[in-house]
Amino acid sequence: MEQYIDFFNSYREKIDEGCSPLLNSFREKAFETFRQIGFPAYKSEDYQHINIPGLLKEDFGFYLNHSGININPHRVFHCDVPNLNSHKHFVVNGHFVDDETKKDLPPTVFSGSLNAFAEQYPELFSKYYNQLASAKNDGMAAFNTTFVQGGYVLYVPENVVIEKAIQLTNISSGNNNSLINRRMLFILESGAQAKLLVCDHAYDENPATANTQVVEIFTGENAELDVCELEESSPNTIRLTSNFVRQAASSHVRINSITLSNGITRNNYIIDLAGEHAKTHLYGMAIADNRQKVDNYTLINHLVPNCHCNELFKYVLDDEATGVFSGRIIVAKDAQKTEAYQSNRNLLGSRDCHMFSKPQLEIYADDVKCSHGMTTGQLDENALFYICSRGIPKEEAVLLLKFAFTNDVIQGIRMEGLRDRLKLLIEKRFRGELVTCRECEKSEE
Amino acid sequence: MLIIKNLHASVNGKEIIKGLDLHVKAGEIHAIMGPNGSGKSTLSAVLVGNPAFEVTAGEIIFEGKNLLEMPPEERSCAGIFLSFQYPVEIPGVSMVNFMRTAVNEHRKYKGEKSLSAGDFLKLMREKQAIVELDKNLINRSVNEGFSGGEKKRNEIFQMAMLEPKLAILDETDSGLDIDALRIVAQGVNQLKRPENATIVITHYQRLLDYIKPDIVHVLYNGRIIRTAGPELALELEQKGYDWLKSEELRVKSEE
Repeated sequence: MEQYIDFFNSYREKIDEGCSPLLNSFREKAFETFRQIGFPAYKSEDYQHINIPGLLKEDFGFYLNHSGININPHRVFHCDVPNLNSHKHFVVNGHFVDDETKKDLPPTVFSGSLNAFAEQYPELFSKYYNQLASAKNDGMAAFNTTFVQGGYVLYVPENVVIEKAIQLTNISSGNNNSLINRRMLFILESGAQAKLLVCDHAYDENPATANTQVVEIFTGENAELDVCELEESSPNTIRLTSNFVRQAASSHVRINSITLSNGITRNNYIIDLAGEHAKTHLYGMAIADNRQKVDNYTLINHLVPNCHCNELFKYVLDDEATGVFSGRIIVAKDAQKTEAYQSNRNLLGSRDCHMFSKPQLEIYADDVKCSHGMTTGQLDENALFYICSRGIPKEEAVLLLKFAFTNDVIQGIRMEGLRDRLKLLIEKRFRGELVTCRECEKSEE
Repeated sequence: MLIIKNLHASVNGKEIIKGLDLHVKAGEIHAIMGPNGSGKSTLSAVLVGNPAFEVTAGEIIFEGKNLLEMPPEERSCAGIFLSFQYPVEIPGVSMVNFMRTAVNEHRKYKGEKSLSAGDFLKLMREKQAIVELDKNLINRSVNEGFSGGEKKRNEIFQMAMLEPKLAILDETDSGLDIDALRIVAQGVNQLKRPENATIVITHYQRLLDYIKPDIVHVLYNGRIIRTAGPELALELEQKGYDWLKSEELRVKSEE
């Protein structure tokens, strides 16, 4: 941790360079917070199974001031999800790549770089940026705010509906080990609607990459937002994300978090249901083998009455993989008529994989419908035999059952073309084939 | 077609089948009857290779091949089909996907090409008419939320799709009302071919009114204690199993 403090003190100018002064103005305070609380300690309550100070101890080298990115991702990276008609954006090593695609969007929408947003909409930026992240006194978020260089903002004004999905592809690319701090801000004013697909791709197998990412999501009254996050990275990738959501009355947020391949991943989802009749769907799925680790932490705060949340996380583990699920739903004293459901289901395919699950419900109101449950087990032997008895070899039967296990998470995705593409990717993943979407291959230039 | 010699089988270390012999020829329908716990379902499980059951002695020859050396999927492809007494629900696996995979595995085994999507759907439609299976069920997950009768019809539908040489119907009549029983039995009769054989395992004579057996066996205490023509089933219906049990005891004590 000392190295980061020294770095900030010695290279302040370098960090600020090329960034909006407004963005830079948030660093000092965040740095103070980070200096006080540091990274979340290993073995502390919410970090029982992931050692963040240990992971970031190595000197990764900051990725700073790379405004002149010399690749055109539109040309080298074809990521087409068939039948998903989308606006495509790219973020390379944390920097939004400015392009022409945004001209197809409604003119009042802002979909672009964090720094440009700070320049063009300083009032909105100050109103929303870092508001959720700083309020939670979170060391990871403070670290990200201290060092962040760029990122992406989606701002959808009142009653504007973006029909097509927006696809944002995060690409990590480089020849050196690096630490990238990314930032995203989604602001939907009342009645606004948008769908986002956020893909994480790591290009190179060799250099180690650590990504910290802070996402802040605000939905106004009656706003609707779908976010599907898909991680397809490499064993050398460390991904540490903190997602903060604040929902106003009658807004509906659906988040699907899918870890298809990775190295070490920790995702935090902290969701505040702050207006009545707000609805949240938080669905997650992780497929991990070898020595991969996927750690999802969720905290849903029912602050007011009449809200609804539905949480489902599924893990398919094999080899020596580790899965962690920590789910907490807190129903405040006055949040009557809350409906909150949480479920965690895990499938273990080997003796050496581990699953740690901590489903928690804290209810302080007395008129609510809540449930939570967790199961961890192996494939159903009876089902396996039934399938084999119809002539299907055991390996195929196992595949069918594993695939079936992930089905309800996939069905929860509302972007239709994406659903079909994911089915294909998951099947390939289970077959042990290299997981790259056919179209997502780096083409030779 | 099927020759079982001196079969002994156990589950969890407990011997259930204790020296069973059975010969089934092409074109025949055999009924195996017997009281609860006599080993009827164990026999069907052993025939299809359920790993929970252990064969401790004896042999099973199916069309000249040693069945006991074959894994369950190979037995299926070779032409053995079991209609389960308790069909398993498999949430998330669609009937269409399940059957397409199974049919194409059978074709692969025979050295045939996979069916095109169109041809497969045509085949499905044709076969589901035989057991009057609601086409909505085909679009659902395997057996998930099916009623008892629908599950049994689905078994016969799968049998129609896979066209086995030897079909084993394990208590297919249990849980069926009269109408469903008639439909299931009609399905079985329609699928009957001179080169195929059927083993009907049942408690009651009822199913045998619809599926006429050529030979009736009584299984008791892990062995076949009586074999006769269809009239045996009627006799059992009238007298129950007790007269055979006491006869068996007498034979044993004489030994």
